[in-house]
Amino acid sequence: MVERKTIFSYLPHLILLIGIAVVAFPVYVAFVASTWDPATISNGQMPLRPGPHFLENYYQTIFVGTSRTTREPVGGMMFNSLVMALTIAIGKIAISIISAFAIVYFRFPFRMTAFWVIFVTLMLPVEVRIYPTYKIVSDLGLLDSYAGLTIPLIASATATLLFRQFFMTVPDELVEASKIDGAGPMQFFRDTLLPLSITSIAALFVIQFIYGWNQYLWPLLITTRDSMQTIVIGIKKMIVTQDALTEWQIAMATAVLAMLPPVLVVILMQRLFVKGLVETEK
Amino acid sequence: MSEVVLDQVRKVYAGNVEAVRGVDITVPSGAFCVLVGPSGCGKSTLLRMIAGLETITSGDCRIAGGRVNELEPAERDIAMVFQNYALYPHMSVYDNMAYGLRNRRTPKDEIDARVKEAARILEITPFLERKPRQLSGGQRQRVAMGRAIVRKPKVFLFDEPLSNLDAKLRIQMRVEIKKLQRALGVTSVYVTHDQLEAMTLADTLVVMNKGLVEQAGAPLDLYEKPASTFVASFIGAPPMNLIPVEAAEAGPKVTGLTGGKGLPVPAGGAILGIRPEHLVVTTDALPEGAVGLSFPVTAVEAVGAETFVYGPLGGSGQDIIARLPGKALLEPGTPVSVAATRDHLHLFDKDSGKRIGA
Repeated sequence: MVERKTIFSYLPHLILLIGIAVVAFPVYVAFVASTWDPATISNGQMPLRPGPHFLENYYQTIFVGTSRTTREPVGGMMFNSLVMALTIAIGKIAISIISAFAIVYFRFPFRMTAFWVIFVTLMLPVEVRIYPTYKIVSDLGLLDSYAGLTIPLIASATATLLFRQFFMTVPDELVEASKIDGAGPMQFFRDTLLPLSITSIAALFVIQFIYGWNQYLWPLLITTRDSMQTIVIGIKKMIVTQDALTEWQIAMATAVLAMLPPVLVVILMQRLFVKGLVETEK
Repeated sequence: MSEVVLDQVRKVYAGNVEAVRGVDITVPSGAFCVLVGPSGCGKSTLLRMIAGLETITSGDCRIAGGRVNELEPAERDIAMVFQNYALYPHMSVYDNMAYGLRNRRTPKDEIDARVKEAARILEITPFLERKPRQLSGGQRQRVAMGRAIVRKPKVFLFDEPLSNLDAKLRIQMRVEIKKLQRALGVTSVYVTHDQLEAMTLADTLVVMNKGLVEQAGAPLDLYEKPASTFVASFIGAPPMNLIPVEAAEAGPKVTGLTGGKGLPVPAGGAILGIRPEHLVVTTDALPEGAVGLSFPVTAVEAVGAETFVYGPLGGSGQDIIARLPGKALLEPGTPVSVAATRDHLHLFDKDSGKRIGA
């Protein structure tokens, strides 16, 4: 059949291009702004091409920071954000894969109760339990620490449910074959279940890393020292200034830097879970 | 040396569901025992109890003389082949076979030798480095068997291992399983719902129904002397014709039936069993004790070497199947007379379905 090319066959592409432009243009402007000097940006005449101050601005952002508002180099903030995002992502995956393993493969009293209790916490994100959680963290003396920043965010019903669903699709015969092959429960977990879960783990890691990286409210409450600031909070502080000029070139460089790790994680992990999707067969 | 003995084994599930109701089976060392029965008859449960995957509610399971009720599956020295193969998808064929040995801390060079030997026997050497998903159904089945062989267990357990294969491959694998079991001489228990598989594989055939053993014995004994109507209709294809008859002076009595003089039909009536393949077309006078059946042909199935003829007997609507050799040229609607000799007649109790006489 000969396909007739009409204007309508190009329409989807046109719509996609418009969509991409809408998303990408502000990002591009942010990048451009991060390469000009403050005077050019503030007089409203900033050209739409990269300026000459790229190295200078990024050097200042990463190693010095703004001169007035945040008082900290963004490099440190990125480190804090990275620690937080990684701890949350890895912690969530570790805890939920083990709890899902327990719920699916072991028969213990109140197993279903445990499952429902985990399920119910879906309705209790940090924003809802913020006061009691803050009280606990502060009573434990965990304010201004990585532990305080991450532990309350680690418990995860979503990830537990996802692993549970996945484990339920693993055929029972595989467990039985393991038993006959002389593998104990933890050995079955390590040798069979974990390798089969790689795809789910990769997908969850992407989601949870971005979730952790983008945390705003909780770090805002828990951290008071400048050295514990995360990059998301840093951006906010840079933009809202009471009595000084916003250093837009630094704020924009920070915004660009804040985007990079999640983008990198998505690009790197995408390979793994596409590979996983193609290869995994139960 | 590796006899499997089940002694009054029972399985009661939560909610008082009795899946296995007191089963005694002895599988002599090196024998091939096939458990056969309709779904839900408890045959798989029984196999899983031998494997240790289900607990035994009461009774004893002994392997090679030792009671194994409380042992973990891995401690029973058994190997099992599952219906869906249950290969580890992320491991290579080699690792799939070696896994159980590694867990038992077998020396590396011995693992290697045993895996290579099993691969050679099963002709899967070229696939050792592949993953299960890169194999066809038949090859996966071989790997699953390989995993059982390398362990050199006392007992092989097969849980409907061929039912995921297509018909041609099934016959081929059936022959290979039998050859392999003969060659290795390992006591085997095999579960299937396919009576043909059961007949061809078994040294000892155990027909199960509703959690009980209906009859156990050599396959041909079961075919020739079924202990009940259940066994009679389960073993043999097409199934045995079972005709309810009344007692009369001259023997059995039902419309369309002649002869049968001297058959010990009890006063209350009985069920007369005749296998389709024992019916022959005849117009001559019946020999002593033989039974003749006359019915109008309603359907004819010619499959080449033989022809199946169907028709209702008398007014009862009881459909009779006759398996006639060659191309029996019969038109639907024409009447036919067939007969079976005395030694091919089976009598069963009308109510219990148990065999009457020898």
